[in-house]
Amino acid sequence: MVEMVGLSKPIELTIDGRKVVAKEGETILEAAKKNGIRVPALCYLEGVSSFGGCRVCVVEIKGSPRLFASCVTPVAEGMEVLTDSERLRRYRKWALELLLAERPHVCSVCVANGSCELQQLATELGVDHLRIGREWTDYEVDLTHERFAYDPNRCILCTRCIRVCDEVEGVHTLDLMLRGKNSKVVFDLDENWGFAQSCTSCGKCSAACPVGALYVKGKPLSEVKKKDLVSFIIERRSGK
Amino acid sequence: MAKVRLATVWLSGCSGCHMSFLDQDEKVLELAEKIELVYSPIADVKDFPENVDVTLVEGAVGNEEQLELLKRIRRNTRILVALGDCAVNGNVTALRNSLWNSDEEVLKRAYVENASINQAAPKQVPKLLKRVLALNEVVKVDAYVPGCPPSAELINQVLNELLEGKTPVLEGRFKYG
Repeated sequence: MVEMVGLSKPIELTIDGRKVVAKEGETILEAAKKNGIRVPALCYLEGVSSFGGCRVCVVEIKGSPRLFASCVTPVAEGMEVLTDSERLRRYRKWALELLLAERPHVCSVCVANGSCELQQLATELGVDHLRIGREWTDYEVDLTHERFAYDPNRCILCTRCIRVCDEVEGVHTLDLMLRGKNSKVVFDLDENWGFAQSCTSCGKCSAACPVGALYVKGKPLSEVKKKDLVSFIIERRSGK
Repeated sequence: MAKVRLATVWLSGCSGCHMSFLDQDEKVLELAEKIELVYSPIADVKDFPENVDVTLVEGAVGNEEQLELLKRIRRNTRILVALGDCAVNGNVTALRNSLWNSDEEVLKRAYVENASINQAAPKQVPKLLKRVLALNEVVKVDAYVPGCPPSAELINQVLNELLEGKTPVLEGRFKYG
């Protein structure tokens, strides 16, 4: 969200029964976070734009029957938000199950095992099995880059890598190809990564990846200690 | 109080979940006070018995024999527990599903392409399924204990909860992989 200096005025709303004050233009997720209320989220990444794709951060707003992705819904005066309820848990579980079922997420053979946000959320929200059949995709693993690897079979299409490459590195090597469950993150015009000329090999995409789809070759994720790297860069650049 | 009739079954898995079961160490002895082990890879019983209270099933369903056995288990068991990632979602056992939708291709890969001598698929073993199935793709499952393997502590907790007649809620306690 762009903050317009001098124009923002305080907005009062309640989150989980607590009165909180937020800035105009802030999202519900940001307002909750500032007030120490954690909303589970997956495709959200602090410092880059949000697109509300994963639906894990859904919240209830009094007066509306539908659920709202809190990472893209701006706060409004007098809004009454609920971040935890039986209904929300049910929907969040389904969102995770759909992500897990879309591709063969097999934790025991994954580089991200133990430091994967999808795996952690499954534990937290109690997704101990899938109620729908799983797709056993066989995308080719791209090992053409010298330092990084890309396994589309583990990708959850959160587009964090794309947004980070575009908005932080300023390159936009990565983008999304095709539609729906067939969507695929590609480099340049669907080149092999090692041959994508615009790539600066900065590694921010792999640092932003919540799962084991983009990773540094030859190291388990737990050793790369990449967590919050992108948020750190953004914070430093903003001079806070 | 009559002892709870417990069975443990090893389908297409690596036996790691059973190893983890045994890793309960001295707690196995406490468990033994409360249960009667009626069928298990570590008990010499030929056929899956009737009237079983709790069955822990390790592994996914990979061949026709296992498919039949699992259906028999379901008929004869009150509470069926999927033990470990293979039973829960296929895990490593089901990785072949990504490559082939064929039992013959799997055997060819293992016994012909990767063999240096006697290049022939075995014939005296149960027929493989075209695709590996998780337990809940075949029968109704009453409780899931993910993990590769699930920790001994978690297995112990779940068993004790089941013995007390509770339905285990694993939220926050388990870990895939």
